[in-house]
Amino acid sequence: MNYEPVIGMEVHIELDTRSKMFCSCSAQFFGIEPNTNVCPVCLGMPGALPVINKRAVEFTIMTGLALNCQIQRHSVFARKNYFYPDLPKGYQISQYELPLCLNGYVDIQTEAGPKRIRVRRAHLEEDTGKLTHVGEHSLVDLNRAGVPLLEIVTEADIHSAEEAYAYVTKLRQLVRYLGVSTGDMEKGAMRCEVNLSLKNAESGEWGTKVEVKNLNSFRAVRNAIAYEIERQTQVLNSGGTIEQVTMGWDESNGRTVLQRTKEGDTGYRYFPEPDLPPLDLEQAWIDDIAAALPELPDAKLARYTGDYGLPAADAAVLAEDRAVAEFFDAAVAAATNEVDVSPKLISNWVSGELFRRLSESGADISAVKITPEQLVSLIKLVAGNTINQSAAKKVFGVMFDSGRAPQNIVEELGLQQISSADALRPIAQQVIAEHPGPVEQFKSGKEGIINFLVGQIMRATRGKADPKLAEQTLRDLMQD
Amino acid sequence: MAISRQDVLTIAKLARLTLTEDEINMFQEQLSDVLEYAAQLQTLDTTGVPPTASALPLNNVMRSDEVALSLDNEDALANAPDSDGRSFRVKAVLD
Ligand SMILES: [Zn+2]
Repeated sequence: MNYEPVIGMEVHIELDTRSKMFCSCSAQFFGIEPNTNVCPVCLGMPGALPVINKRAVEFTIMTGLALNCQIQRHSVFARKNYFYPDLPKGYQISQYELPLCLNGYVDIQTEAGPKRIRVRRAHLEEDTGKLTHVGEHSLVDLNRAGVPLLEIVTEADIHSAEEAYAYVTKLRQLVRYLGVSTGDMEKGAMRCEVNLSLKNAESGEWGTKVEVKNLNSFRAVRNAIAYEIERQTQVLNSGGTIEQVTMGWDESNGRTVLQRTKEGDTGYRYFPEPDLPPLDLEQAWIDDIAAALPELPDAKLARYTGDYGLPAADAAVLAEDRAVAEFFDAAVAAATNEVDVSPKLISNWVSGELFRRLSESGADISAVKITPEQLVSLIKLVAGNTINQSAAKKVFGVMFDSGRAPQNIVEELGLQQISSADALRPIAQQVIAEHPGPVEQFKSGKEGIINFLVGQIMRATRGKADPKLAEQTLRDLMQD
Repeated sequence: MAISRQDVLTIAKLARLTLTEDEINMFQEQLSDVLEYAAQLQTLDTTGVPPTASALPLNNVMRSDEVALSLDNEDALANAPDSDGRSFRVKAVLD
Protein backbone atom coordinates (compact mmCIF):
# COMPACT_ATOMS: atom_id res chain seq x y z
CA MET A 1 0.00 0.00 0.00
CA ASN A 2 1.17 3.52 -0.78
CA TYR A 3 0.90 6.21 1.85
CA GLU A 4 1.52 9.92 1.57
CA PRO A 5 2.89 11.53 4.74
CA VAL A 6 0.91 14.60 5.81
CA ILE A 7 2.83 16.77 8.23
CA GLY A 8 2.07 19.95 10.12
CA MET A 9 4.60 21.65 12.36
CA GLU A 10 4.49 23.76 15.50
CA VAL A 11 7.70 25.63 16.12
CA HIS A 12 8.37 27.55 19.32
CA ILE A 13 10.89 30.34 19.08
CA GLU A 14 12.38 32.06 22.10
CA LEU A 15 12.37 35.79 21.42
CA ASP A 16 15.64 37.58 22.15
CA THR A 17 14.27 40.34 24.38
CA ARG A 18 16.12 41.73 27.37
CA SER A 19 13.28 41.18 29.85
CA LYS A 20 10.55 38.57 30.18
CA MET A 21 7.16 38.61 28.48
CA PHE A 22 5.08 39.91 31.40
CA CYS A 23 7.59 41.12 34.01
CA SER A 24 10.91 42.98 34.17
CA CYS A 25 13.07 39.99 35.12
CA SER A 26 16.01 39.36 32.82
CA ALA A 27 15.11 36.88 30.07
CA GLN A 28 18.54 35.24 30.39
CA PHE A 29 18.33 31.66 31.62
CA PHE A 30 21.13 29.77 29.93
CA GLY A 31 23.98 29.13 32.36
CA ILE A 32 22.38 31.30 35.09
CA GLU A 33 22.09 30.24 38.76
CA PRO A 34 18.61 28.69 39.24
CA ASN A 35 15.77 30.93 40.42
CA THR A 36 17.71 34.20 40.39
CA ASN A 37 15.80 35.88 37.53
CA VAL A 38 12.39 35.50 39.14
CA CYS A 39 9.82 37.84 40.70
CA PRO A 40 6.26 37.65 42.06
CA VAL A 41 4.83 37.83 38.50
CA CYS A 42 6.78 34.95 36.96
CA LEU A 43 6.59 32.94 40.20
CA GLY A 44 2.81 33.16 40.01
CA MET A 45 2.38 34.78 43.42
CA PRO A 46 -1.16 35.91 44.32
CA GLY A 47 -1.95 39.51 43.39
CA ALA A 48 0.98 39.96 41.01
CA LEU A 49 -0.07 41.45 37.68
CA PRO A 50 1.47 40.85 34.24
CA VAL A 51 2.30 43.69 31.81
CA ILE A 52 2.99 43.02 28.11
CA ASN A 53 6.56 43.53 26.83
CA LYS A 54 6.23 45.86 23.85
CA ARG A 55 9.39 44.61 22.13
CA ALA A 56 8.09 41.03 22.20
CA VAL A 57 4.97 42.25 20.37
CA GLU A 58 7.19 44.13 17.91
CA PHE A 59 9.34 41.00 17.31
CA THR A 60 6.17 38.97 16.72
CA ILE A 61 4.89 41.49 14.18
CA MET A 62 8.30 41.51 12.43
CA THR A 63 8.28 37.73 12.20
CA GLY A 64 4.64 37.67 11.13
CA LEU A 65 5.40 40.11 8.31
CA ALA A 66 8.42 38.04 7.24
CA LEU A 67 6.09 35.01 7.18
CA ASN A 68 3.69 36.95 4.93
CA CYS A 69 0.98 36.84 7.63
CA GLN A 70 -1.91 39.22 8.11
CA ILE A 71 -1.11 41.12 11.29
CA GLN A 72 -4.21 41.24 13.48
CA ARG A 73 -4.64 44.71 14.92
CA HIS A 74 -7.03 43.32 17.53
CA SER A 75 -5.63 40.43 19.52
CA VAL A 76 -6.21 38.92 22.94
CA PHE A 77 -4.16 36.88 25.40
CA ALA A 78 -5.72 33.76 26.87
CA ARG A 79 -5.09 31.39 29.72
CA LYS A 80 -4.22 27.82 28.87
CA ASN A 81 -4.93 25.84 32.02
CA TYR A 82 -3.01 22.75 33.06
CA PHE A 83 -1.00 21.51 36.01
CA TYR A 84 2.70 20.87 35.81
CA PRO A 85 5.46 21.88 38.25
CA ASP A 86 7.26 23.98 35.60
CA LEU A 87 4.15 26.19 35.33
CA PRO A 88 3.84 28.12 38.58
CA LYS A 89 0.50 29.82 37.91
CA GLY A 90 -1.34 26.64 36.90
CA TYR A 91 -1.89 28.26 33.50
CA GLN A 92 0.24 29.55 30.69
CA ILE A 93 -0.56 32.95 29.22
CA SER A 94 -0.90 32.36 25.51
CA GLN A 95 -3.15 33.42 22.65
CA TYR A 96 -6.02 31.30 21.41
CA GLU A 97 -8.90 32.67 19.38
CA LEU A 98 -7.31 36.00 18.48
CA PRO A 99 -3.58 35.56 17.77
CA LEU A 100 -1.34 38.37 16.46
CA CYS A 101 -0.59 36.77 13.07
CA LEU A 102 -2.76 34.74 10.68
CA ASN A 103 -2.60 33.16 7.23
CA GLY A 104 0.98 33.45 6.03
CA TYR A 105 3.39 31.29 4.11
CA VAL A 106 7.03 30.35 3.75
CA ASP A 107 8.63 29.30 0.48
CA ILE A 108 11.17 26.51 0.79
CA GLN A 109 13.53 24.95 -1.73
CA THR A 110 13.12 21.24 -2.39
CA GLU A 111 14.75 18.90 -4.87
CA ALA A 112 11.60 19.16 -6.95
CA GLY A 113 11.82 22.97 -6.92
CA PRO A 114 10.33 25.70 -4.72
CA LYS A 115 7.39 24.82 -2.51
CA ARG A 116 5.02 26.93 -0.43
CA ILE A 117 4.23 25.97 3.18
CA ARG A 118 1.21 27.82 4.51
CA VAL A 119 1.42 29.28 8.02
CA ARG A 120 -1.91 29.04 9.83
CA ARG A 121 -1.02 31.34 12.71
CA ALA A 122 1.75 32.77 14.84
CA HIS A 123 1.06 33.82 18.39
CA LEU A 124 2.84 35.09 21.45
CA GLU A 125 3.03 33.24 24.75
CA GLU A 126 5.31 32.66 27.73
CA ASP A 127 7.80 29.87 28.26
CA THR A 128 7.68 27.47 31.21
CA GLY A 129 10.38 26.71 33.77
CA LYS A 130 12.90 23.92 33.59
CA LEU A 131 12.74 20.61 35.45
CA THR A 132 15.73 18.51 36.44
CA HIS A 133 15.06 15.03 37.71
CA VAL A 134 17.15 13.92 40.66
CA GLY A 135 16.25 10.53 42.12
CA GLU A 136 12.94 10.75 43.96
CA HIS A 137 12.61 14.45 43.23
CA SER A 138 12.40 17.00 40.48
CA LEU A 139 14.11 20.37 40.87
CA VAL A 140 12.28 23.36 39.43
CA ASP A 141 14.16 26.37 38.02
CA LEU A 142 11.87 29.22 37.02
CA ASN A 143 14.44 31.49 35.32
CA ARG A 144 12.94 30.49 31.97
CA ALA A 145 9.32 30.82 33.15
CA GLY A 146 7.82 33.86 31.45
CA VAL A 147 10.44 34.25 28.70
CA PRO A 148 8.62 35.36 25.52
CA LEU A 149 7.89 32.54 23.14
CA LEU A 150 6.55 32.79 19.61
CA GLU A 151 4.61 29.78 18.36
CA ILE A 152 4.35 29.31 14.60
CA VAL A 153 1.86 26.75 13.31
CA THR A 154 1.76 25.51 9.71
CA GLU A 155 -1.02 23.92 7.74
CA ALA A 156 -0.43 20.22 6.98
CA ASP A 157 1.48 21.13 3.81
CA ILE A 158 4.70 19.24 4.53
CA HIS A 159 5.08 15.82 2.95
CA SER A 160 8.54 14.53 3.81
CA ALA A 161 11.34 14.69 6.36
CA GLU A 162 13.39 16.74 3.89
CA GLU A 163 10.65 19.34 3.49
CA ALA A 164 10.30 19.61 7.27
CA TYR A 165 14.05 20.09 7.53
CA ALA A 166 14.00 22.76 4.83
CA TYR A 167 11.14 24.53 6.61
CA VAL A 168 12.77 24.71 10.05
CA THR A 169 16.07 25.74 8.48
CA LYS A 170 14.28 28.53 6.65
CA LEU A 171 12.55 29.67 9.85
CA ARG A 172 15.89 29.83 11.64
CA GLN A 173 17.36 31.85 8.81
CA LEU A 174 14.43 34.29 8.95
CA VAL A 175 14.52 34.85 12.72
CA ARG A 176 18.28 35.35 12.55
CA TYR A 177 17.93 37.86 9.69
CA LEU A 178 15.32 39.71 11.73
CA GLY A 179 17.47 39.53 14.86
CA VAL A 180 14.49 38.40 16.94
CA SER A 181 16.02 35.10 18.11
CA THR A 182 19.26 33.16 18.04
CA GLY A 183 17.29 30.25 16.55
CA ASP A 184 19.72 27.98 18.36
CA MET A 185 17.96 24.61 18.66
CA GLU A 186 20.69 23.01 20.75
CA LYS A 187 20.19 25.70 23.40
CA GLY A 188 16.40 25.41 23.23
CA ALA A 189 15.83 28.77 21.52
CA MET A 190 13.90 26.90 18.83
CA ARG A 191 11.82 23.81 19.55
CA CYS A 192 9.74 21.73 17.17
CA GLU A 193 6.71 19.54 17.37
CA VAL A 194 5.42 17.58 14.47
CA ASN A 195 1.92 16.31 13.67
CA LEU A 196 2.16 13.44 11.29
CA SER A 197 -0.34 11.13 9.67
CA LEU A 198 -0.28 8.86 6.65
CA LYS A 199 -2.84 9.39 3.94
CA ASN A 200 -3.81 6.37 1.89
CA ALA A 201 -2.62 7.27 -1.60
CA GLU A 202 -5.32 5.19 -3.32
CA SER A 203 -8.44 5.79 -1.23
CA GLY A 204 -7.40 9.30 -0.14
CA GLU A 205 -8.38 8.35 3.40
CA TRP A 206 -6.64 10.34 6.14
CA GLY A 207 -4.82 8.48 8.88
CA THR A 208 -4.73 9.16 12.61
CA LYS A 209 -2.61 12.13 13.66
CA VAL A 210 0.41 11.36 15.85
CA GLU A 211 2.32 14.10 17.61
CA VAL A 212 6.12 13.87 17.85
CA LYS A 213 7.92 15.97 20.46
CA ASN A 214 11.39 16.40 21.91
CA LEU A 215 13.06 17.41 18.64
CA ASN A 216 16.11 19.26 19.87
CA SER A 217 18.18 19.58 16.71
CA PHE A 218 17.67 19.97 12.98
CA ARG A 219 18.96 16.44 12.51
CA ALA A 220 16.42 15.16 15.04
CA VAL A 221 13.59 16.78 13.03
CA ARG A 222 14.67 14.93 9.90
CA ASN A 223 15.44 11.60 11.57
CA ALA A 224 12.33 11.50 13.77
CA ILE A 225 9.99 12.17 10.85
CA ALA A 226 11.69 9.58 8.64
CA TYR A 227 11.46 7.07 11.49
CA GLU A 228 7.81 7.82 12.27
CA ILE A 229 6.79 7.52 8.60
CA GLU A 230 8.47 4.13 8.45
CA ARG A 231 6.93 2.99 11.76
CA GLN A 232 3.38 3.97 10.80
CA THR A 233 3.74 2.43 7.34
CA GLN A 234 4.76 -0.87 8.90
CA VAL A 235 1.90 -0.82 11.41
CA LEU A 236 -0.65 -0.14 8.65
CA ASN A 237 0.83 -2.67 6.24
CA SER A 238 0.64 -5.38 8.87
CA GLY A 239 -3.06 -4.64 9.37
CA GLY A 240 -2.65 -2.62 12.59
CA THR A 241 -4.16 0.73 13.49
CA ILE A 242 -2.47 4.00 14.49
CA GLU A 243 -3.46 5.41 17.88
CA GLN A 244 -3.77 9.13 18.52
CA VAL A 245 -0.78 9.52 20.81
CA THR A 246 2.21 11.71 21.57
CA MET A 247 5.57 10.20 20.76
CA GLY A 248 8.94 11.50 21.96
CA TRP A 249 12.13 11.32 19.93
CA ASP A 250 14.78 9.21 21.66
CA GLU A 251 17.96 10.63 20.15
CA SER A 252 20.39 8.11 21.59
CA ASN A 253 18.42 5.12 20.29
CA GLY A 254 17.25 6.78 17.08
CA ARG A 255 13.57 5.97 17.58
CA THR A 256 10.27 7.47 18.72
CA VAL A 257 8.77 6.27 22.00
CA LEU A 258 5.25 6.59 23.37
CA GLN A 259 4.88 9.57 25.72
CA ARG A 260 1.25 9.83 26.72
CA THR A 261 -2.24 9.85 25.33
CA LYS A 262 -3.20 13.26 24.09
CA GLU A 263 -5.41 15.72 25.91
CA GLY A 264 -7.71 17.62 23.59
CA ASP A 265 -7.93 21.41 23.40
CA THR A 266 -11.03 21.41 25.60
CA GLY A 267 -8.91 19.99 28.44
CA TYR A 268 -7.01 23.30 28.53
CA ARG A 269 -10.18 25.32 29.19
CA TYR A 270 -8.85 28.40 27.40
CA PHE A 271 -10.41 31.71 28.33
CA PRO A 272 -9.40 35.37 27.81
CA GLU A 273 -6.71 36.48 30.27
CA PRO A 274 -8.58 38.87 32.63
CA ASP A 275 -5.32 40.47 33.83
CA LEU A 276 -4.33 41.72 30.35
CA PRO A 277 -6.37 44.26 28.39
CA PRO A 278 -6.62 43.37 24.68
CA LEU A 279 -4.24 44.77 22.07
CA ASP A 280 -5.70 47.17 19.52
CA LEU A 281 -2.63 48.13 17.58
CA GLU A 282 -2.22 51.30 15.57
CA GLN A 283 -1.85 50.57 11.86
CA ALA A 284 0.87 53.25 11.77
CA TRP A 285 2.99 51.26 14.21
CA ILE A 286 2.65 48.11 12.09
CA ASP A 287 3.54 50.15 8.99
CA ASP A 288 6.65 51.55 10.72
CA ILE A 289 7.76 48.04 11.65
CA ALA A 290 7.20 46.84 8.07
CA ALA A 291 9.22 49.76 6.70
CA ALA A 292 12.13 48.99 9.02
CA LEU A 293 12.36 45.27 8.11
CA PRO A 294 15.71 44.27 6.60
CA GLU A 295 15.82 42.88 3.09
CA LEU A 296 15.00 39.18 3.54
CA PRO A 297 16.88 36.22 2.06
CA ASP A 298 14.38 35.52 -0.75
CA ALA A 299 14.58 39.12 -1.93
CA LYS A 300 18.37 39.09 -1.75
CA LEU A 301 18.50 35.85 -3.71
CA ALA A 302 16.26 37.30 -6.41
CA ARG A 303 18.41 40.44 -6.62
CA TYR A 304 21.68 38.52 -6.81
CA THR A 305 20.53 36.18 -9.57
CA GLY A 306 18.39 38.78 -11.36
CA ASP A 307 20.24 42.11 -11.15
CA TYR A 308 23.76 40.73 -10.82
CA GLY A 309 23.40 37.57 -12.89
CA LEU A 310 25.02 35.40 -10.24
CA PRO A 311 24.51 31.63 -10.49
CA ALA A 312 21.78 30.46 -8.08
CA ALA A 313 24.23 28.42 -5.99
CA ASP A 314 26.59 31.41 -5.53
CA ALA A 315 23.67 33.69 -4.67
CA ALA A 316 22.38 31.20 -2.08
CA VAL A 317 25.76 31.04 -0.35
CA LEU A 318 25.87 34.84 -0.05
CA ALA A 319 22.24 35.25 1.05
CA GLU A 320 22.41 32.46 3.63
CA ASP A 321 23.68 34.70 6.42
CA ARG A 322 22.63 38.31 6.84
CA ALA A 323 26.10 39.57 7.87
CA VAL A 324 27.72 37.92 4.84
CA ALA A 325 25.04 39.29 2.51
CA GLU A 326 25.46 42.77 3.95
CA PHE A 327 29.26 42.60 3.52
CA PHE A 328 28.73 41.59 -0.10
CA ASP A 329 26.11 44.33 -0.61
CA ALA A 330 28.45 46.95 0.84
CA ALA A 331 31.27 45.81 -1.46
CA VAL A 332 28.98 45.93 -4.51
CA ALA A 333 27.90 49.44 -3.47
CA ALA A 334 31.54 50.51 -3.08
CA ALA A 335 32.26 49.20 -6.58
CA THR A 336 29.37 51.03 -8.25
CA ASN A 337 31.71 53.16 -10.35
CA GLU A 338 34.35 50.48 -10.92
CA VAL A 339 33.69 48.86 -14.27
CA ASP A 340 36.45 46.31 -13.59
CA VAL A 341 34.93 45.09 -10.31
CA SER A 342 31.81 43.04 -11.07
CA PRO A 343 29.47 41.55 -8.44
CA LYS A 344 30.60 38.14 -9.72
CA LEU A 345 34.26 38.95 -8.89
CA ILE A 346 33.25 40.19 -5.44
CA SER A 347 31.12 37.08 -4.91
CA ASN A 348 34.10 34.87 -5.81
CA TRP A 349 36.33 36.61 -3.28
CA VAL A 350 33.71 36.52 -0.51
CA SER A 351 32.72 32.87 -0.90
CA GLY A 352 36.26 31.83 -1.80
CA GLU A 353 39.14 33.48 0.02
CA LEU A 354 37.09 35.21 2.75
CA PHE A 355 35.16 32.04 3.70
CA ARG A 356 38.38 30.00 3.63
CA ARG A 357 40.14 32.40 6.01
CA LEU A 358 37.09 32.63 8.27
CA SER A 359 36.78 28.88 8.61
CA GLU A 360 40.55 28.48 9.11
CA SER A 361 40.62 31.04 11.89
CA GLY A 362 37.24 30.05 13.34
CA ALA A 363 36.27 33.74 13.26
CA ASP A 364 32.82 35.13 12.59
CA ILE A 365 32.16 37.54 9.72
CA SER A 366 31.05 40.14 12.26
CA ALA A 367 34.65 40.29 13.55
CA VAL A 368 36.30 40.48 10.13
CA LYS A 369 38.96 43.21 9.84
CA ILE A 370 38.77 43.70 6.08
CA THR A 371 36.28 46.37 5.05
CA PRO A 372 34.15 45.90 1.92
CA GLU A 373 35.89 48.98 0.45
CA GLN A 374 39.32 47.40 0.96
CA LEU A 375 38.20 44.23 -0.79
CA VAL A 376 37.08 46.31 -3.76
CA SER A 377 40.50 48.06 -3.82
CA LEU A 378 42.22 44.69 -3.86
CA ILE A 379 40.09 43.43 -6.74
CA LYS A 380 40.89 46.69 -8.60
CA LEU A 381 44.61 46.05 -8.17
CA VAL A 382 44.19 42.68 -9.88
CA ALA A 383 41.88 44.01 -12.59
CA GLY A 384 44.34 46.84 -13.32
CA ASN A 385 47.26 44.37 -13.60
CA THR A 386 49.10 45.90 -10.65
CA ILE A 387 49.29 42.47 -9.01
CA ASN A 388 48.45 39.00 -10.23
CA GLN A 389 45.94 36.61 -8.70
CA SER A 390 48.42 34.66 -6.58
CA ALA A 391 49.95 37.84 -5.17
CA ALA A 392 46.41 39.07 -4.47
CA LYS A 393 45.74 36.02 -2.32
CA LYS A 394 48.92 36.74 -0.38
CA VAL A 395 47.82 40.36 0.13
CA PHE A 396 44.35 39.21 1.17
CA GLY A 397 45.91 37.06 3.90
CA VAL A 398 47.76 40.05 5.35
CA MET A 399 44.63 42.20 5.08
CA PHE A 400 42.62 39.53 6.89
CA ASP A 401 45.10 39.38 9.77
CA SER A 402 45.80 43.10 10.05
CA GLY A 403 42.96 45.07 8.50
CA ARG A 404 45.54 47.12 6.55
CA ALA A 405 44.87 48.64 3.12
CA PRO A 406 45.96 46.47 0.16
CA GLN A 407 48.05 49.20 -1.56
CA ASN A 408 50.40 49.45 1.46
CA ILE A 409 50.84 45.71 1.62
CA VAL A 410 51.62 45.44 -2.11
CA GLU A 411 54.32 48.11 -1.78
CA GLU A 412 55.76 46.70 1.41
CA LEU A 413 56.03 43.18 0.02
CA GLY A 414 57.14 44.42 -3.42
CA LEU A 415 54.42 42.44 -5.15
CA GLN A 416 53.78 44.82 -8.04
CA GLN A 417 53.38 42.78 -11.13
CA ILE A 418 55.99 43.00 -13.89
CA SER A 419 53.62 43.84 -16.65
CA SER A 420 55.74 45.51 -19.28
CA ALA A 421 57.06 43.38 -22.14
CA ASP A 422 60.33 45.29 -22.05
CA ALA A 423 60.97 44.27 -18.47
CA LEU A 424 60.03 40.64 -19.12
CA ARG A 425 61.94 40.12 -22.39
CA PRO A 426 65.47 39.71 -20.90
CA ILE A 427 64.11 37.27 -18.29
CA ALA A 428 62.33 35.27 -21.00
CA GLN A 429 65.48 35.24 -23.11
CA GLN A 430 67.46 33.85 -20.21
CA VAL A 431 64.83 31.13 -19.50
CA ILE A 432 64.94 30.10 -23.20
CA ALA A 433 68.75 29.97 -23.13
CA GLU A 434 68.78 27.83 -20.00
CA HIS A 435 66.18 25.30 -21.17
CA PRO A 436 67.05 24.22 -24.73
CA GLY A 437 65.28 20.86 -24.32
CA PRO A 438 61.80 22.17 -23.53
CA VAL A 439 62.22 24.92 -26.13
CA GLU A 440 62.97 22.26 -28.75
CA GLN A 441 59.90 20.26 -27.64
CA PHE A 442 57.72 23.36 -27.94
CA LYS A 443 59.01 24.09 -31.41
CA SER A 444 58.26 20.52 -32.47
CA GLY A 445 54.60 21.03 -31.50
CA LYS A 446 54.34 20.07 -27.79
CA GLU A 447 52.16 23.05 -26.83
CA GLY A 448 51.73 22.15 -23.18
CA ILE A 449 55.41 22.63 -22.38
CA ILE A 450 54.87 26.41 -22.53
CA ASN A 451 53.43 26.22 -18.99
CA PHE A 452 56.77 24.88 -17.77
CA LEU A 453 58.60 27.83 -19.31
CA VAL A 454 56.07 30.34 -17.90
CA GLY A 455 56.63 28.68 -14.53
CA GLN A 456 60.35 29.35 -14.86
CA ILE A 457 59.65 33.05 -15.47
CA MET A 458 57.34 33.16 -12.44
CA ARG A 459 60.10 31.56 -10.39
CA ALA A 460 62.74 33.99 -11.62
CA THR A 461 60.47 36.94 -10.78
CA ARG A 462 59.34 35.43 -7.49
CA GLY A 463 55.75 35.31 -8.72
CA LYS A 464 55.55 38.92 -9.84
CA ALA A 465 55.32 38.43 -13.59
CA ASP A 466 51.99 38.82 -15.35
CA PRO A 467 51.55 35.18 -16.45
CA LYS A 468 49.67 36.04 -19.66
CA LEU A 469 52.27 38.56 -20.72
CA ALA A 470 55.07 36.11 -19.85
CA GLU A 471 53.51 33.47 -22.09
CA GLN A 472 53.08 35.95 -24.96
CA THR A 473 56.70 37.14 -24.62
CA LEU A 474 57.95 33.54 -24.70
CA ARG A 475 55.87 32.73 -27.79
CA ASP A 476 57.12 35.85 -29.58
CA LEU A 477 60.74 35.02 -28.80
CA MET A 478 60.52 31.34 -29.73
CA GLN A 479 58.85 32.16 -33.08
CA ASP A 480 61.83 34.25 -34.17
CA MET B 1 -29.46 19.33 33.92
CA ALA B 2 -27.00 21.34 31.87
CA ILE B 3 -24.02 19.45 33.26
CA SER B 4 -23.75 15.68 33.20
CA ARG B 5 -22.21 13.50 35.87
CA GLN B 6 -19.39 12.77 33.40
CA ASP B 7 -18.76 16.50 32.92
CA VAL B 8 -18.30 16.88 36.67
CA LEU B 9 -15.87 13.97 36.78
CA THR B 10 -13.88 15.38 33.85
CA ILE B 11 -13.66 18.84 35.41
CA ALA B 12 -12.65 17.32 38.73
CA LYS B 13 -9.91 15.33 37.03
CA LEU B 14 -8.56 18.42 35.23
CA ALA B 15 -8.61 20.31 38.54
CA ARG B 16 -6.92 17.39 40.33
CA LEU B 17 -9.85 17.07 42.77
CA THR B 18 -11.12 13.87 44.35
CA LEU B 19 -14.84 14.13 44.97
CA THR B 20 -17.15 12.06 47.15
CA GLU B 21 -20.41 10.75 45.72
CA ASP B 22 -22.33 13.51 47.57
CA GLU B 23 -20.01 16.17 46.18
CA ILE B 24 -20.43 14.90 42.62
CA ASN B 25 -24.19 15.26 42.95
CA MET B 26 -23.91 18.64 44.64
CA PHE B 27 -21.53 20.07 42.02
CA GLN B 28 -23.57 18.68 39.16
CA GLU B 29 -26.52 20.65 40.51
CA GLN B 30 -24.58 23.82 41.36
CA LEU B 31 -22.60 23.96 38.12
CA SER B 32 -25.79 23.37 36.16
CA ASP B 33 -27.42 26.29 38.01
CA VAL B 34 -24.47 28.50 37.02
CA LEU B 35 -24.76 27.52 33.36
CA GLU B 36 -28.53 27.93 33.38
CA TYR B 37 -28.11 31.43 34.80
CA ALA B 38 -25.58 32.23 32.08
CA ALA B 39 -27.99 30.81 29.51
CA GLN B 40 -30.46 33.56 30.46
CA LEU B 41 -27.89 36.13 29.37
CA GLN B 42 -27.46 34.31 26.09
CA THR B 43 -31.09 35.03 25.23
CA LEU B 44 -30.19 38.72 24.83
CA ASP B 45 -29.90 39.95 21.26
CA THR B 46 -26.23 40.86 20.81
CA THR B 47 -26.35 41.36 17.05
CA GLY B 48 -23.78 43.98 16.12
CA VAL B 49 -22.07 43.91 19.51
CA PRO B 50 -18.44 42.81 19.16
CA PRO B 51 -17.25 40.08 21.55
CA THR B 52 -15.48 41.56 24.55
CA ALA B 53 -12.54 39.90 26.25
CA SER B 54 -12.18 42.48 28.99
CA ALA B 55 -14.62 44.65 30.88
CA LEU B 56 -11.98 47.33 31.55
CA PRO B 57 -11.92 50.45 29.36
CA LEU B 58 -8.27 49.76 28.56
CA ASN B 59 -6.18 48.48 25.68
CA ASN B 60 -2.55 48.41 24.53
CA VAL B 61 -1.09 48.47 28.03
CA MET B 62 2.55 47.66 27.35
CA ARG B 63 5.89 48.25 29.02
CA SER B 64 9.24 48.91 27.41
CA ASP B 65 11.71 46.03 27.32
CA GLU B 66 13.80 46.97 30.33
CA VAL B 67 15.25 44.74 33.01
CA ALA B 68 14.59 45.54 36.66
CA LEU B 69 15.82 43.85 39.80
CA SER B 70 14.50 40.36 40.49
CA LEU B 71 13.98 38.68 43.87
CA ASP B 72 16.88 37.20 45.79
CA ASN B 73 17.01 33.45 45.45
CA GLU B 74 16.38 33.15 49.19
CA ASP B 75 13.21 35.27 49.00
CA ALA B 76 12.02 33.40 45.92
CA LEU B 77 12.21 30.10 47.79
CA ALA B 78 10.96 31.45 51.14
CA ASN B 79 7.37 30.22 50.71
CA ALA B 80 8.26 26.92 49.09
CA PRO B 81 7.33 23.74 51.00
CA ASP B 82 10.61 22.17 49.90
CA SER B 83 13.82 23.21 48.15
CA ASP B 84 17.45 22.22 47.77
CA GLY B 85 18.50 25.76 48.67
CA ARG B 86 18.57 26.81 44.99
CA SER B 87 15.59 25.23 43.28
CA PHE B 88 12.05 24.35 44.24
CA ARG B 89 11.85 20.64 45.00
CA VAL B 90 8.82 18.53 44.14
CA LYS B 91 8.01 14.84 43.89
CA ALA B 92 9.56 13.40 40.74
CA VAL B 93 7.55 14.09 37.60
CA LEU B 94 8.30 12.28 34.40
CA ASP B 95 6.43 13.07 31.21
ZN1 LIG C 1 9.65 37.95 36.79
